[in-house]
Amino acid sequence: MSTDTLASPAVGHAVPRPITVPNDRSKEDRIFRAVARAAGFTAFAILFLIGFFLLWRGLPALRAMGFRYFTTSGYSTLHKPYHFGALAQMYGTIVTSLVAVIFGVPVAIGTALFINEYAPIQAKRALIAMVDLGAAIPSIIFGLWALHQFQPEITGTTSWMVRHLSFIPLFSASTPPFNGSFFIAGLIVGLMIVPIVASVSREVFSLAPPGEREGALALGATKSQMIRTVVLPFGRGGIIGASMLGLGRALGETIAVYVLLGLDFVISPHILEHGGTTVASFIAAEFGAGGKLGTDDLLMLGFVLFTFTLIVNLIASLIVNRSRSGKGVEL
Amino acid sequence: MTSPLDVRDLLEAPTAANGNGAAARATGGLDGTLSHAVLTGDVRRVAPLAPPRRTRDFGAQGVALLVGSAVSSFAVVWILFYQLTLLSGAFGFGLCWYACFLAVFWVVTNQVVDRSAATDRVITTVVGSCAAVVIGALLYIVIWVFIRGVAHFTIGFLWRTLADYQPAEGTSLFNQVGVGHAIVGTLEQVGLAAAMAVPLAFLTAVFLNEVGGFGTRFVRTIVTAMSGVPSIVAGVFIYAIFIVPHTLGYSGFAAAMALFVLMLPSVTRTTEEVLRVVPGGLREASLALGASEWRTVRQVVLPTARSGLVTAVVLGVAIAAGETAPLIFTAFGANTLNANVFHGPQGALPLVLYQNIFQAQAVVQQVAFTAAFVLLVLVLILFVVARLLGRRSTKKGRLRRIVVAPFHWVKQMVSE
Repeated sequence: MSTDTLASPAVGHAVPRPITVPNDRSKEDRIFRAVARAAGFTAFAILFLIGFFLLWRGLPALRAMGFRYFTTSGYSTLHKPYHFGALAQMYGTIVTSLVAVIFGVPVAIGTALFINEYAPIQAKRALIAMVDLGAAIPSIIFGLWALHQFQPEITGTTSWMVRHLSFIPLFSASTPPFNGSFFIAGLIVGLMIVPIVASVSREVFSLAPPGEREGALALGATKSQMIRTVVLPFGRGGIIGASMLGLGRALGETIAVYVLLGLDFVISPHILEHGGTTVASFIAAEFGAGGKLGTDDLLMLGFVLFTFTLIVNLIASLIVNRSRSGKGVEL
Repeated sequence: MTSPLDVRDLLEAPTAANGNGAAARATGGLDGTLSHAVLTGDVRRVAPLAPPRRTRDFGAQGVALLVGSAVSSFAVVWILFYQLTLLSGAFGFGLCWYACFLAVFWVVTNQVVDRSAATDRVITTVVGSCAAVVIGALLYIVIWVFIRGVAHFTIGFLWRTLADYQPAEGTSLFNQVGVGHAIVGTLEQVGLAAAMAVPLAFLTAVFLNEVGGFGTRFVRTIVTAMSGVPSIVAGVFIYAIFIVPHTLGYSGFAAAMALFVLMLPSVTRTTEEVLRVVPGGLREASLALGASEWRTVRQVVLPTARSGLVTAVVLGVAIAAGETAPLIFTAFGANTLNANVFHGPQGALPLVLYQNIFQAQAVVQQVAFTAAFVLLVLVLILFVVARLLGRRSTKKGRLRRIVVAPFHWVKQMVSE
């Protein structure tokens, strides 16, 4: 009975109307939101301006060489016939970055695993701080150290590799000196990308579900088996994304590479040979040397580098976002 | 329960024993004291537990295996490397020794313990040595710069300039040179860049985290993409926009603009990360009391996150202070003091290094080392300050601990 009376309003009473609560934002808030949104979009404006101005100012260089710009290497911009292009620089950038990723990423993942899985809890924070510090050390200091300490130490090893491993085409080299090679520059850049790769992968590893970790251990897995079967598969997407982020950093690394690499247009697979250049270090080194057209060329190179890193970084963030570790796994 | 119950079986599964119903039923046939002990969960009184076998077990035997394999592989590699093949180089030797050590360690552990333990220990060693290499290299760099730089460091180095040097008989170079002009330049450029980037970054972060709505995802993607812009591209961009058309010319201000482009995305993402941990209840309480959104942000959200915000700024400044590539095209560098940030080439600490790094003369090189020391000390101080400020927020208990790393925002990409 009582439910009936509650359900149907008594006859004769007016049906109560829902009250409309005024929900308009005040003028102050509308201004605030507009200003904040505008600030957000300035980032887009800046990014657009970077691409636009570099392309605009660099276009004369592209026009002077036509499409051959991307298949030529050289820097004769002062007198006709012009002979310059981006090929050797792009090649050097890619080779150096690949060496950096090949050496840097596994070490970074090992570091991340150590900090996350093995390090005692008291040491963990100190270790994280130390690795983060690596990102704050200026790249010119990396370059200074590499020039005076690392390179003299490692040329012995690279010349040994040339002498004994030259049956592998990659490691053959014609003449000494063996300093200033893509290999050595790549190693230093590899060390420089370790902090970001380690930080991202550590974050991903820490998200591996504890239930599955414990499950693996309870089934008798050793710690390394647990890492192989639970942590790494869950972190796969994150590792790929982190490597791409590291690759993006490596592509744009300027000063450390500039300090180490010679400045010649070498396109050879012999990564232990002296010489070669990258887009970023070439811009830094040749600044002011090539006249008006030379400057245009450098700006065009800047545009090439900008586009390149932008694409790599966007893909990286897409991958990391897509394959959020542990997504879709319910326990 | 007819068969006599083995107490050890029961105790092997402490969760079952500590649980209520199942444990009581299982011990039904036994005497009262045991039932009581199990029921109350006081297992220790009943029987001593055999020490559990842990996956990490690594006793004296493990240490012996480790040390033994290290020594034996060292001996083998020494004979092969130096005596038979006549190679040289400490680095190469270390590498060969390491590879040989891993092989020996695996084989020996495989024989003495078992295969899974062998693989486990080898992998543990590899992972540990990765961390050791990274930390070791970073420490090596820092300590090396300190040792090389501090040798000729005097307090006067901080305010003299490179133009003060007059070559004369019997005068030491180091009493006449300094990086005062560069310190002034770096402070002005980074300060100006921060003055431009920080308000914009805060507003952008507030937009991303507090305002939301249309364009949030787009702006976040753009900011992420922008954080990947190489530093040299930022310098070239300012060069193309201001210096090629002669609107500005080389100046500290142009350098500040380039640093601004680099600081904006990193400070934005770090700030967003900081704002994210401000408890939602505080916002709701403020709004429920009738405060406007702007007032909530200004008087509740930002003050709550204050120490995190300071950390974000200090960290951005620390990284910007060490940037070299964007300054080459903008500040250009100078050996004399130029305090006017808007006119004429200006020195900067990284540029002193950049310009003197290839000098053949040992004395001039030493200027670069000492400048590197000053730069590293500056960056380290800022880094430590950022860390300490980030930590202080915990002690007050107002916020979850925020340690803001140079790229802490990547966390969002992973976990948002």
